[in-house]
Amino acid sequence: MTTASIRRGQNRDGWLFVAPAMLLLAVFLAFPVLMALWVSVSDWRGVGSPFSGDVGFVGTDNYANILTGGSLQQRDFGTAMRNNVYYVLLVVPIQTAVALGLAVLVHTKALKGRGFFRTAFYFPSVTSAVAITVLWLFLFNSTGAVNAMLGWVGIDGPNWFGDARGIIHTALGAVGVDAPAALTDHRALGITWWEWLAGPSFAMSAFILLAVFTTSGTFMLLFIAALNNVGDEVEEAGMVDGANAWQRFWHLTLPMLRPTLFTVLTLGLIGTWQVFDQIYTGTQGGPAKTTLTPAYLSFQTSFNSQRWGEGAAIAFILFAIIVVLTLLQRWALREKS
Amino acid sequence: MTARRPGLWLYAVLVAMAVVYIFPFLIDVATSFKTEPEAAANPISLVPQTFTTAAYEQLFGGDAFPTWFKNSVVVTLFVTAGRVFFDSLAGYALARIHFRGRALMFAILVAIMAVPNVVLLIPKFLVINQLGIYNSYAGLIVPLLVDAAGIFIMKNFFESIPVSVEEQARIDGAGTFRLFWSVVLPMARPALVTIVILSFQGSWNELSHFIVAANDPELTNLTKGVASLASNQLGQGTKYPLKLAAAAVMTIPVAIVFLVFQKRIMNTSSGAVKG
Repeated sequence: MTTASIRRGQNRDGWLFVAPAMLLLAVFLAFPVLMALWVSVSDWRGVGSPFSGDVGFVGTDNYANILTGGSLQQRDFGTAMRNNVYYVLLVVPIQTAVALGLAVLVHTKALKGRGFFRTAFYFPSVTSAVAITVLWLFLFNSTGAVNAMLGWVGIDGPNWFGDARGIIHTALGAVGVDAPAALTDHRALGITWWEWLAGPSFAMSAFILLAVFTTSGTFMLLFIAALNNVGDEVEEAGMVDGANAWQRFWHLTLPMLRPTLFTVLTLGLIGTWQVFDQIYTGTQGGPAKTTLTPAYLSFQTSFNSQRWGEGAAIAFILFAIIVVLTLLQRWALREKS
Repeated sequence: MTARRPGLWLYAVLVAMAVVYIFPFLIDVATSFKTEPEAAANPISLVPQTFTTAAYEQLFGGDAFPTWFKNSVVVTLFVTAGRVFFDSLAGYALARIHFRGRALMFAILVAIMAVPNVVLLIPKFLVINQLGIYNSYAGLIVPLLVDAAGIFIMKNFFESIPVSVEEQARIDGAGTFRLFWSVVLPMARPALVTIVILSFQGSWNELSHFIVAANDPELTNLTKGVASLASNQLGQGTKYPLKLAAAAVMTIPVAIVFLVFQKRIMNTSSGAVKG
C-alpha cells in the first residue's frame, strides 16, 4: 500500500464517518438558523414555503416593530426584557454562590455521607423542568407548603404564581413610596422607567427560586471537580502561614477557581436568557405578563399570533444578547488575570 | 475548625440543605397518594390520611397518559441508539482518521454547539415542515439523533486510547470500519455509557423540540402532555394529586437511571461541560 493510497482511503473513510452526523447537524441546526434569519427580514405569514415567490423582503421592519414605535409588540418585548433582566441578575449570582458554597461544604475532608449530600443536591438537576414546574405550582400556590411554612413565622405569603406585583414596588409601597412622575413619564422599550424598576413579580421570584433549585447541583459538580484539581498543598501552605479558613478561601482557593467561575457564569448567562420550559408549563407569561420572557415571547409571537417575522427577529435579538454578554464577560475576566 | 474533623455545624447546614433539595420530591410523591381535598388542606404532611391510588388509576386508566408514556419511551430509545452510533462514528473520525477537512468539520462542530437552543425553535419547525415530517415520529426523532456535545465526548475519549491497539488489527488487514467497530468501540464502553445516560436524560426531559415538531395528540410525549395538564387544559379544579402523580411517573425512570449510574453521572457531567 502506498502512502498516497492510504491517504486516499483515509479521506474517504473520514468523510464517510462524519457525514451522517454532520448532515443531520447541518439540516437541523445550521440550515434552520439561516432560514430563520431570512424569515426575520421577510413578510412570511406561516403559510407555504418561506422561499416561495410571494414572500417579500421587508428589511428591518420586523426588528423595528419590536424595538420602536410604541406598539403593543414593543411593550411586550420591553416587558419580556425587563422580566428576563431581573431573572438573570438574581439567578446567576445566587446559583453560582449556592453551587460554590455547596461544593466547598461537601468537599470537606473526612465528611461522612459525602456521596449522599452530593446526590441530594444534584438530583433536581437531572429531573425534567416540566415535572419540577408542576411541583412548584403546588408548593407555591396560595395555600401551599411554602406559604404554610411562612405562616409558622407569622408571614402572610402571597399567591406566588398569581401575584403580578413587583417585589421592589411592594417593598417601596410598604414604606410609603409611590411612583414619582419623573419615572412614569419616561419610557424605554415601550414601558416606563417605573415599570423597569418594579423588580421581578412574585410569580417571577418563584421561577427564580426554581432555577436556583434545579441548576445549583450541576454547577456544584463543576466546582467540586475544580476543588479536587486545586489539591491540598495550597490549603496546607495557607495553614502554615496562619491564615484562617475564610482568608484561605478568599485569597488562595477562590483565585484558583477563576476558570471554573468563568465557565459557571457563562453557562449561567446563556441558560438564564433562554428560560422557556418553565414558563410554557407554568404561567405562559402571566400574571399581567410579568413572567413573559423573550424566549417565550418569540415562540408565542410565531406560533400563536402567526407573526413569524417578528418571532424570528426576537430570537435573533436574544441570540445577539447572549453572544455580546458572553464576549463581554470573557473580556472582563481576562483583563484582571 | 480544622479540615480534619468536620464540626457539628457543618452537618447541621448540610442536612438542612439536603432537606430543602429532597423534601419537595417527597411532598410530590406523598401528595399523589392523597385525596384532592386533603392535598389542598394539608400541603406539607408526608403521610396521607386517606391513602388512595385514585390519581394513578385515573392516569393509567385513561387513553392520553399511556400514549404519552409510550411516545416518550419510543423516542428516547431511538434517539439514544442513534446518538450512540452517530456520535461515536463521528467522534472516531475526528479523533483518529486524518482526512482532509477534519479541522473544518471540528470548527463547525464547535460553532454549532454555541448556538443557543431557544434560537432554534422557529427554524427547526420551518425545516421539519419543509421536509414534510411534521406530525410524524420521524419529525420527533431524526432532528435529535445527533448531538454535538456527544461527538465531543466520544472524540475526547478516543484520543485517550493508545494508537497501538489499532496497529495490530490494521496489519491483519482490517478496514477502518472494522477497526472502529470491533477493536476501538468495545474499549469505549465508559464513554458510551455516558452518551446513553445523557441521551436518555436529554430526550426524556426534552420539551421545546416536541412542541414544534408535532401537534397531533397521538404524538404527544410525557413532557408536553404533563405541561398541558399543568395549564389546566383537562377539566376544572386544581387536581393536584393527579398532576403530581404525573410528575412523579415522569421522574421515576430518570431517578432509576440516576441512582444506578450515580457515580458515572457525577463524574462525567462535569467532564462533559468542560469538553
